Amino acid sequence: MPDFANPADWLPWAFASLMGFSILVYVVLDGFDLGVGILFPLATQAEQDKMIGAIGPFWDANETWLVLAVGILLVAFPQAHGMILTALYLPVFVMLVGLILRGVAFEFRAKARDRHKRLWNRLFFVGSVMTALAQGFMLGLYVMGLEQTWATYAFAALTAVFLAVGYSFIGAAWLIHKSEGALQSKALRWGRESLWGVILGIGAVSLATPLVSTRLFEKWLSFPQVLYLAPLPIVSGLLIMWLWRMLRVMPFADDRRSWQPFAVATALFALAYLGMAYSFYPYVVPERLTIYAAASAPESLFIIFVGACVVVPVIAGYSVLAYTIFRGKATELRYD
Amino acid sequence: MEALDTLILSRIQFAANISFHILFPTITIALGWVLFFFRVRYWQTQDDKWMAAYRFWVKIFALSFAMGVVSGITMSFQFGTNWPGFMETVGNIAGPLLAYEVLTAFFLEAVFIGIMLFGFSRVPGWLHMLATFLVAFGTSMSAFWIIVLNSWMHTPQGFEMIDGVAYATDWWAIIFNPSMPYRFAHMMLASFLTVGFLIAGVSAFRWLIGDRSRAVRAMLKVGVSIGAILIPVQIFMGDLHGLNTKEYQPAKVAAMEGLWETQAGAPLVLFGIPDEAARTNHMAVEIPGLASFILTHKWDGVLKGLNDFVAEDGTVLHPPVAPVFWSFRVMVGTGLAMLVLSWAAIWFMWLRRARHEGKVTGHWLAVEGLPKPILWALVPMAFSGWVATLAGWYTTEIGRQPWLVQGVMTTEMAVADVPAPMVLGTLITYLAIYAALLFAYIGVIAYLARKAAKGDDARAIDMSHSGKAGVLALSPAE
Repeated sequence: MPDFANPADWLPWAFASLMGFSILVYVVLDGFDLGVGILFPLATQAEQDKMIGAIGPFWDANETWLVLAVGILLVAFPQAHGMILTALYLPVFVMLVGLILRGVAFEFRAKARDRHKRLWNRLFFVGSVMTALAQGFMLGLYVMGLEQTWATYAFAALTAVFLAVGYSFIGAAWLIHKSEGALQSKALRWGRESLWGVILGIGAVSLATPLVSTRLFEKWLSFPQVLYLAPLPIVSGLLIMWLWRMLRVMPFADDRRSWQPFAVATALFALAYLGMAYSFYPYVVPERLTIYAAASAPESLFIIFVGACVVVPVIAGYSVLAYTIFRGKATELRYD
Repeated sequence: MEALDTLILSRIQFAANISFHILFPTITIALGWVLFFFRVRYWQTQDDKWMAAYRFWVKIFALSFAMGVVSGITMSFQFGTNWPGFMETVGNIAGPLLAYEVLTAFFLEAVFIGIMLFGFSRVPGWLHMLATFLVAFGTSMSAFWIIVLNSWMHTPQGFEMIDGVAYATDWWAIIFNPSMPYRFAHMMLASFLTVGFLIAGVSAFRWLIGDRSRAVRAMLKVGVSIGAILIPVQIFMGDLHGLNTKEYQPAKVAAMEGLWETQAGAPLVLFGIPDEAARTNHMAVEIPGLASFILTHKWDGVLKGLNDFVAEDGTVLHPPVAPVFWSFRVMVGTGLAMLVLSWAAIWFMWLRRARHEGKVTGHWLAVEGLPKPILWALVPMAFSGWVATLAGWYTTEIGRQPWLVQGVMTTEMAVADVPAPMVLGTLITYLAIYAALLFAYIGVIAYLARKAAKGDDARAIDMSHSGKAGVLALSPAE
């Protein structure tokens, strides 16, 4: 725990927490958008319009959490921002191209003439896949301490695939909640078929992390830490088993509990994420730069902190408002 | 040499990104307010022409907004991938400004745009109007914070340097730095002019292909009026901005004017080919004394020349002259064309109205008065705002070189040590994507205009006369 009497100590900690929170919110929220994009070609044309309807009013706000996360990295830990993004130059580039294609295809497909719609549909899928793979690749390299060797690239390639499948899983879970009938059945099947990505992804990162450095090995597997940390893998395992079972017996009559797979998937993502956060803290560039060494001047951080305290709850409030307004089963989006 | 290549390529890449990006905020900043105007007019009058105008432009707004968001994200990452030195040096200043942009603007617009676009029949009218207002307000807030940061890079103050890192000492001075009010006003006006001419141009196009709907008339009048009213204000504001620049960045003004020697009664160079090697203009066409008069308001006022900004050892401390000189002329030329065209359009519309006094009711302008050549001229001028805005930004940004933050750090100091071929590869891909997207964007606007002109959007209007629109508006979207 940080020393709250000393701004140079608690401000970096507070910003690291806020950044971590933003990344988690981003991974869950844009994760389901991207997942829906990855599942896109598996649906019929009418279903595709509904899938777009299930994410249309939200995707833009969801993507903004990425802007906030990278913004905090930029403004609170400028040294780390430079080191990380320069090291990840190419995957960042692939992700940006993916985000561009995904975001504009979204708008263009609704407005272009019919014969161009197929092209934009394809680009929507390609953009979503590129973004997910690039983010998974960055995750892998980051876990490997940003080392660039063939072995770390191979590991990153694995996490890239797992994250993309993981995103399709949370996308399917979102669709289970937002759809009905044939599309819902399909979403349940997609959920069952992509659960392995989540399991292997979490497993790969969990197994690799203690092997990267002795510090991490100590942090996880020495006594008594191993006892305190034991609930993390145990609860994750239970959640996975619950999902495994649920996706085989749903849907229930009257569409009861259709929101639960998404909620449990979110909890699972959050647990995995907490485990990673525990591993890396207090480093922002693994094994090289701590949040305290990378932080901006406390005076500048404090200015942002005041604003964030006022604004972040407001953002949360109106985000909830938007999700409430567009609650219920998705329909084809219309401007009137 | 390797470093220089990376520097040049990174600069071109950032310039390409930011040029592509600024096209879309330039539209959304003002279009948000125009949509709010359409929405309020509909609420006041219940006249469907305003709703038809809203529905047509909200699609273009959504498209422009998405283009702005994705290209903006690209830039926030490029700070790190290509320009790490910037935040390492001035991060304590730039950081909070960017953070406030994200916190106060991005989330506001990103959340409420969903309600604005798809919420018309899901939420009460007042909430839809509020969402439209908040999106417009958010885009303007975003513009404010980013202009604050940009202006601070031109006229930095309120900080101290300790061990090569900037620390804020006075936030009030940082935010209200000397060039901020002028730059912000200049950019807001540029945005409104861009949108005015875009609306006028697209509506003129719809008129020319046979659309005589009441919505298209209203939009033409709104677009041309925005242009005609604001262009003189913009010219005045540009003059004030120029005076401000002369005080804080005299080398930029010297490059804009193409003045090599410091002199009293400096001539206004209308045309010329600046030659930096020979340090003179070729084939110059000049009006004696006019540059001094414009910038000092005295015919014999003294203006600093570029030769004053060369160090004893020959190091050039002024920006490259030709790009600044030409961009400035493109901006001013486009502005003058806007002035002539919008005033001519207003004149013809007013004339027609005046001749039919008593027979034409309603507005004091009559669209029928517009002669074909004026309408045809308005169509290509739909994107004149883009040309002028880009040219203006090139003038001011290239004009700040070799500085990244005037007097604090040079552009070269900020660049990342990324291999040049890698930057070249990403640059080419970005350019290809941007070119394709720009092509698609303009294509879709033309397609939407044609579709609307054919009456596909008029469905709602027709039904309103049979009373069905009210029922539709009440029933949920499905």
